[in-house]
Amino acid sequence: MLTTNPFSELPISDFIMQAYVVLMFLMVIGGTILDTIHKKSAQYFFENSEKAQKSAKRSVGGGEKMSLAIKTVASEVLTSSEFASSRRRMSHLLTMYGFVTFVAMTAILIFSYPTAATPTPEILSTLWHVGAAMIALGGYWFWFFIRVDVSSEGVSWYRLTRADIFIVSLLTTSTFALLWSWSDKNMVLFALFIVSSTALFSTVLWSKFAHMFFKPAAAYQKRVTKADGSRENLPELADRSNPADTDRHSMELLKDAPLNMGPGIKREAPRHY
Amino acid sequence: MPTFVYMTRCDGCGHCVDICPSDIMHIDTTTRRAYNIEPNMCWECYSCVKACPHHAIDVRGYADFAPLGHSVRVIREEEKGTIAWKITFRDGREKSFLSPITTKPWGQEIPQLSNVPGPSAEMRKSQLLYNEPKYIRMDDGDLNTLESNGLEMKEGVYY
Repeated sequence: MLTTNPFSELPISDFIMQAYVVLMFLMVIGGTILDTIHKKSAQYFFENSEKAQKSAKRSVGGGEKMSLAIKTVASEVLTSSEFASSRRRMSHLLTMYGFVTFVAMTAILIFSYPTAATPTPEILSTLWHVGAAMIALGGYWFWFFIRVDVSSEGVSWYRLTRADIFIVSLLTTSTFALLWSWSDKNMVLFALFIVSSTALFSTVLWSKFAHMFFKPAAAYQKRVTKADGSRENLPELADRSNPADTDRHSMELLKDAPLNMGPGIKREAPRHY
Repeated sequence: MPTFVYMTRCDGCGHCVDICPSDIMHIDTTTRRAYNIEPNMCWECYSCVKACPHHAIDVRGYADFAPLGHSVRVIREEEKGTIAWKITFRDGREKSFLSPITTKPWGQEIPQLSNVPGPSAEMRKSQLLYNEPKYIRMDDGDLNTLESNGLEMKEGVYY
């Protein structure tokens, strides 16, 4: 079951399946462009970088910018390092890699192995199922326990708002994909799978889908502000091992304190509602 | 307009929602990020600014107090026990401050109010405490708590 390609046994022509995938891809691009225009995100990022340049202490060259971009991809994109909470980070990594695997495998299965005439390598079908399962695992964990309105505001898990379009359509897509595959190709479940995935890719303008493009841009900008010294007007981080900081008159009372004072309020999860 | 959140930096972790003493930092239902629901009621205590792990919250001070063009930003680092401020004046001058938050590691040597005796009758009549409200003078005997007043903490956010 894990190793069978569910698309190869569909009574739908290859052309229609492939056209659907291309259509979804175009809807994501179109939705992101519309979102960028509507929210004026490009204008915001451009003005933000101009503001940072005005208060920059040093200039950042092209080579350094390239290395910052690579570091952003390696750290913030591939390992989701921006998350301070380890639960959120783990759930995001599961969902993100599950989504990438699922979408990539769907495209490969539909374009390269659409019918039973082209036998699918087992690894590809397995990865398709694993991707969907990862989305479901990370997604349901997020839905029930990690969503901030549930964990910090005390709102019940079944309250739906516009911010939930992305996660709900992701969860229904992956759940119906798995159920359809395991149910011996039940066409009702397949229809629900198609409805969910269409909802997922067509609501980019209204959902949080586009965060996967904006967040890396914001993370890159944050790195550039650290490199050029503007730091968004934030103070330098304290370095208690540096004599310039420890010998300040204001820091006298901390001279004999241990370098690591313990986690403070951060040891408690923010759920005191 | 007091505190505002940079949506590109916020990841919706909820620390500001948790810590706001006026209960005015909440989660936006469209973007699931934090925002100040009532800037009029914000008294700029900077609790949310200090609690945010991503430094996503900034304060635009009231114009009669802090004219436009200034910037006051803070980084509170509990593990180092330090708090650092950077004030940028609108003529470009910058001032940086670095201070301890606590001088003993967190959780150690916390003064326990219940171990200290309440003010005696003479202390209450003295110049220092004479004009204080009754619950500070502990005229009725003990600390005022929710339970001692017959109240209960209700779970949830109501606004």
